[in-house]
Amino acid sequence: MATRQTQLLARSLLTPAVGLLFIWMIVPLALTIYFSTLHYSLLDPGSEEFVGLENFRYFLTDPAFLASLQNTLVLVGSVLALTILLGIPLALLLDQPVIGRNFVRLMVIAPFFVMPTVSALVWKNLLMHPVSGLFAWLAKLVGLTPVDWFNDVPLFSVILIVAWQWLPFATLILLTALQSLDEEQKEAAEMDGASAVSTFIYITLPHLARPITVVILIETIFLLTVFAEIFVTTGGGPGLQTTNIAFLIYSQALIQFDVGSASAGGLVAVVIANIVAFFLVRIVGRNLEA
Amino acid sequence: MARMATRQRVVISTIGAWLFGFLIFFPILWMVLASFKTELEAFAIPPSFLFFHWTLENYVTVQERSDYFHHAMNSVIIAGGSTLIALLIAIPAAWSMAFSPTKRTKDILLWMLSTKMMPPVGVLVPIYLIYKTVGLLDSRIGLVFILCLGNLPIVIWMLFTYFKEIPRDILEAARMDGATIGRELVYVLTPMAIPGLASTLLLNLILAWNEAFWTLNLSTSNAAPLTTFIASYSSPEGLFWAKLSAASTLAIAPILVLGWFSQKQLVRGLTFGAVK
Repeated sequence: MATRQTQLLARSLLTPAVGLLFIWMIVPLALTIYFSTLHYSLLDPGSEEFVGLENFRYFLTDPAFLASLQNTLVLVGSVLALTILLGIPLALLLDQPVIGRNFVRLMVIAPFFVMPTVSALVWKNLLMHPVSGLFAWLAKLVGLTPVDWFNDVPLFSVILIVAWQWLPFATLILLTALQSLDEEQKEAAEMDGASAVSTFIYITLPHLARPITVVILIETIFLLTVFAEIFVTTGGGPGLQTTNIAFLIYSQALIQFDVGSASAGGLVAVVIANIVAFFLVRIVGRNLEA
Repeated sequence: MARMATRQRVVISTIGAWLFGFLIFFPILWMVLASFKTELEAFAIPPSFLFFHWTLENYVTVQERSDYFHHAMNSVIIAGGSTLIALLIAIPAAWSMAFSPTKRTKDILLWMLSTKMMPPVGVLVPIYLIYKTVGLLDSRIGLVFILCLGNLPIVIWMLFTYFKEIPRDILEAARMDGATIGRELVYVLTPMAIPGLASTLLLNLILAWNEAFWTLNLSTSNAAPLTTFIASYSSPEGLFWAKLSAASTLAIAPILVLGWFSQKQLVRGLTFGAVK
């Protein structure tokens, strides 16, 4: 039984963390909201004035916003699809009796630990360079014209790099879930003459539904704000072809120094992320009841 | 494996898994190989896979020309510092929520999690301006502070899920024997919590080491950790693939090793305990 003294102690132990996180959440957010109502350019200091929702109107009707929203959705959607569609068979494969499974698992998981700037630059130069990259050499080897990745299909190139980084995450979580699947259930199904395909559809897949949801939600949170990979490869271009919302806000803030509309954009990003977060928090919260 | 594995099945799945694994690992392997080539060979078509003139000159040049260790040290200080401070703040908080939960504990935990959902770009402008005003741009302290706050929710969550698993009976027993809360914390809880603490530390070191939003935006040279340093190779003037590879190999090697050790905890930490 917790005495009053322990309760008091418990509360005082909790306070620093709660206080810091509260400040960390409230202060910048309040400032972002405040800035978003100002005409505020770092190039023109002293000219700040209240403009109401003007920045939002500007940001939301800017063609760059629609383009970057579309790019963001395509990027998130494609990476999710790639990592899950490849992650499931890969996890199933690693769940089999494989000789040297631990070593294979190390190889599969490695990309997740590579810092984003390294993965992006290694892919861009060593692999995807249109003349001296390995892909170009492979293409010529089989008689194809090498693809000029970052000019012809810039967004797809970024998607490939990001998917490579996140495939290990999806695979690892799905594998962990598979390993907790009751073997006997599968065995019983096999004894009853169920084919491998129907065992997969009726037993394995339902078991994976929850981990897949978790993968989708967590990846979405991170993928909505992909930044470094774009920063070091395309710089958002050519044109706006690889500008996502995070990069658009960055360029408005730190390249065009338009604090007002970058703040408005920041709030739009917060709203989008919160929609996803709402669902994730509910799923994780359900887990807490247990 | 309860089921009998037929030999054929083992062979097929082994070949498939190794092939798949090799393909996924290949970009890293290719980078490591390139780091031992001369610039000319790294660029050459057709590429040479193993039979090239192996050299260490890139590693030497990377250190001499761009002071690699300065940036590596920044990474160590920023990742290590932010993780340690986060742990210091998080341990009491997680301990209190795990062992003296109140009605609001669940709400507090979920609220903490939701602060992690805030996209960093949403607060880039105010943070940048505050840092500019108080002179924290391109400073290690500034980055330690921001990465610490950014990862604090994950640290608290991971610790909470580990502390939760410590059997409460032991605490009761210690209390019966007259242990004060301080002693209980030091002699009973800490030893049992060490594995959880270690994996939390490890995972957060990895996350902080690889963090590439705040580091890219808030550091340029003095405080630049390896993420920012590597990004400087993206400039189009001159292609230094072998040197880029050498710098990259050094930058990811320690974290790759740590990561391989912590793969089990990784799932748990990154899914906030939703998948174990």
